[in-house]
Amino acid sequence: MALKTPLYDSHVEWRGRMVDFAGFMMPVSFEGIVAEHERVRSQVGFFDVSHMGEIEITGPAAEEFADYVVSNRVKKMVPGQICYTVCCNDGGHVLDDLLVYKHSAERVLMVVNAVNTKKIFKHLSALRRDGVRVDNRSGQIGQIAVQGPASRDLLLESEFCAPVREALRNLEYYRFLTFDYRGGEVILSRTGYTGELGYEIYLQAEKAGAVWDELLEGGRERGAAPIGLGARDTLRFEPAYCLYGHELDESISPLEAGLSWVVKLKKGDFIGREALLVEKENGPERKLIGLELKDRGIPRQGFPVLQEGKEVGRVTSGTFSPTLRKALALALVKRSLPQEAGGLAVDIRGKGVPAQRIPIPFYQSHVND
Amino acid sequence: MFPEECKYTKEHEWVFVEGDTAVIGISDYATGELGDIVYIELPDEGSQVHQMDPIGTIEAVKTVAELFSPVTGEIVEVNEAIIANPEIVNKDPYEEGWFIKVKLTDPEELDVLFSHEEYAEFLGEQEE
Repeated sequence: MALKTPLYDSHVEWRGRMVDFAGFMMPVSFEGIVAEHERVRSQVGFFDVSHMGEIEITGPAAEEFADYVVSNRVKKMVPGQICYTVCCNDGGHVLDDLLVYKHSAERVLMVVNAVNTKKIFKHLSALRRDGVRVDNRSGQIGQIAVQGPASRDLLLESEFCAPVREALRNLEYYRFLTFDYRGGEVILSRTGYTGELGYEIYLQAEKAGAVWDELLEGGRERGAAPIGLGARDTLRFEPAYCLYGHELDESISPLEAGLSWVVKLKKGDFIGREALLVEKENGPERKLIGLELKDRGIPRQGFPVLQEGKEVGRVTSGTFSPTLRKALALALVKRSLPQEAGGLAVDIRGKGVPAQRIPIPFYQSHVND
Repeated sequence: MFPEECKYTKEHEWVFVEGDTAVIGISDYATGELGDIVYIELPDEGSQVHQMDPIGTIEAVKTVAELFSPVTGEIVEVNEAIIANPEIVNKDPYEEGWFIKVKLTDPEELDVLFSHEEYAEFLGEQEE
């Protein structure tokens, strides 16, 4: 059985192609992945991300607990700040990548991937100690992402954001504010998964439809339209943001996936720290690199990466990049593969298609615009 | 949505016969399922193909599909325009977006393909 998000009816009305994703009926595309991708890069697009999980940690020891279960520093954050982080198992492998919103030392919100909501809720519930409450609020919260260069102006012009207009104008990347909307709390954060200026709105599920319609309607002149999961993936791929199940999973360490910047080994104890310390000492086995195909073909997840005919790794994500008009891949390869390694290829259904290593991110993000 | 004068396959290719030559492409349903096509690989002119052999690859942003030959014969023309600009297939799958032309060896093979009516019925079942 697939669940419907509070915005399901809107997707059908907009003639979205619906697919089952992590147990939710989600739109994979509307007008076409490339057109939607370009809309977000040049104008503004709306994403239904209500399938994401929201787990709230509250109580006197909330901050302490959050700091112990994720790799980034939660204690050091100020109220209103957000961090990107991973939640590891004891082996230092990734259970999920997530955002942590710090309301206060006593209230922290974790936003997790839809596929992992149950797993992370169980994991956190099992670790729960005195002074900590762990609540899965996923079913009650709707989430809308408004992404693209016109996103700020669109929101500033809206009635919905009127109570926080000035604060929104000055809201910095990875910060959030809260306000009341018709008796329910709204979280408005400057975050996203596209590499563009953008915002994410969390609100009571039953109010999500009205807000979605109002903002989308108000933004029509700025080019606002709904965007499906297909473009969400190509948009995150170009700035090389990790996607759970691709660049991250329970067999991959954050150090391999290029996320050492969210692993704070000096902050004190946290789950997975010991394993990660050892791994850092010895050097991770693999590294995440970017590849550009030099011949025709599209690299896909799981395709072998070859050097002089020998397998040196696997593609984790690959697609035709709508912005760069090239076939590109992210791949996890042996760390010993030299920086300037030549003779690279991707095995596409038995055919070695020549590839060249190129720097990631493929696309320089505009999140600070 | 799709031309009445064509024959169709379960794999969503269409075939239009002009004399002893079959023009082959993929249906509007197929382009819708695939989404934006970004890369097409086809056999060379002069190649021999057999009915229901995989003969090419259609890569879209999110997915990949094989092209099957609905007929047996020799490829007499390949649409170079769609190789250079695959989006033509999304825009115009039945005219500008044709794939190959095959000189038929055995026109009787066409009988096993779907008629327009049968394909419509088949698509109806797919939707259910």
